[in-house]
Amino acid sequence: MKSFEPVIIAFLCNWCSYEGADSAGRSRKELPPNVKPIRVMCSGRVDPEFVLESFQKGADGVLILGCHPGSCHYREGNIQTLRRYLLIQNMLPQLGIRRDRLMLDWVSSGESDKFAAILDRMTCRIKTVGPLPGPTGNLK
Amino acid sequence: MKQKPKIAFCWLSSCGGCEESIVDLSETLLAAAEAAEILFWPVALDYRYEDLEKLEDQELDAAFINGSVRMDDQEELAHLFRKKSKRIFAHGTCAHLGGVVGLANLFPGKEGLNEAYLRAPTVSNPDSILPKTRCEEGGETLALPGFHPAVKALHQVIDVEYSIPGCPPTPELVEEAILGLLEKRLPSRGSVLAEKKALCHTCPLNRTKPERIQAQRFYRIYEKIWDPNRCFLDQGLICLGPSTRGGCKARCIQANFPCRGCFGPLEKVRDQGAATLSFLASLMHAATPEEIEMIADSIPDPAGLFYRYSLPSSRIHQSRFEENP
Repeated sequence: MKSFEPVIIAFLCNWCSYEGADSAGRSRKELPPNVKPIRVMCSGRVDPEFVLESFQKGADGVLILGCHPGSCHYREGNIQTLRRYLLIQNMLPQLGIRRDRLMLDWVSSGESDKFAAILDRMTCRIKTVGPLPGPTGNLK
Repeated sequence: MKQKPKIAFCWLSSCGGCEESIVDLSETLLAAAEAAEILFWPVALDYRYEDLEKLEDQELDAAFINGSVRMDDQEELAHLFRKKSKRIFAHGTCAHLGGVVGLANLFPGKEGLNEAYLRAPTVSNPDSILPKTRCEEGGETLALPGFHPAVKALHQVIDVEYSIPGCPPTPELVEEAILGLLEKRLPSRGSVLAEKKALCHTCPLNRTKPERIQAQRFYRIYEKIWDPNRCFLDQGLICLGPSTRGGCKARCIQANFPCRGCFGPLEKVRDQGAATLSFLASLMHAATPEEIEMIADSIPDPAGLFYRYSLPSSRIHQSRFEENP
């Protein structure tokens, strides 16, 4: 049997985490191929609907990475994301989606090790919880 | 003599409130009945489905359909109307977005039947009999319409030309739609026949809204005595005005009650719940995860609140039923 390879959508902020991803690439770190990065100008740009749309369109997990608190390029876009994130996490189980399928973390442009570690951890976590079932409960 | 336009009214999975919004037209309804020919209206007139079937295709100029779609017969009827009518009006929030009954989609389809026929404390059903689509009784075959696993809005079943939002729509909006039809001045197809801007723009309390609202926590209505003359959001009460289409004349606000979102999302917004979540998050006056969590936890039923009227039309229109979500 083929092992389950999850699809994980990662929203990366332009100023920190995307740079972090770049530097992970430059230093030739091994990264799981399951994570599909989407660059956004700020983690605060991630509308909650983007998260829901990712799940609707077949993502098994969603990752949002932003600047560390206090170093947002737009002052507090990442704090706004944190507020939304905690509300979405309260709501996801009601929609039948495990809250740990969504993860928020902070990665600065120099933290290539942390970036790689988060991707590994998220991929491992989603592999353990399995694919997100479709609307009727069947696997997609 | 010029031929009168032919119209029909019908209800699917609905509570009857939208029918009430037609009756509330009072004199306008009489004028409409004079100016148009009403060919089908199960609530008020004695016509049968066979009468509808006998009509020529496209014979109706408009059908006003309220209620969402949950059963086989409702789906069949919706398709029949699509065949017989030039225009379909989704009348009311259930037809437009799925409505309150759409919250059933938070539970697996069969749970509804199990709850009503097996588990309800007032029900005694020792043989665990559930409604079936067919059964034999005394040599006769009896049939009931089948029950779908999820509630759908009308546009998810057939093409819809116009939507009249509201739970129920105001008589003014229904009147405007009927007059628009009779006087041939309807907007472009696909329009939602209400305001394009958020409720806040027409809210009488808008002038009391401060530059920036900072909520320390959110209150449920029983937890607070509030000032009816001040923006509810500024008092920590959840009012969905910012993420809800206007056009209701702020009926609830004027009755001292915060908006619950029945007019659905704004123009060009698909997911009313996500939009609501987003604006509420921006009101939270907190920056650490602990403080934010405390405010977030003051909303005990986020999905029920954010999607009260629009779950079937939202992104995650039906719950996923993971084990231990």
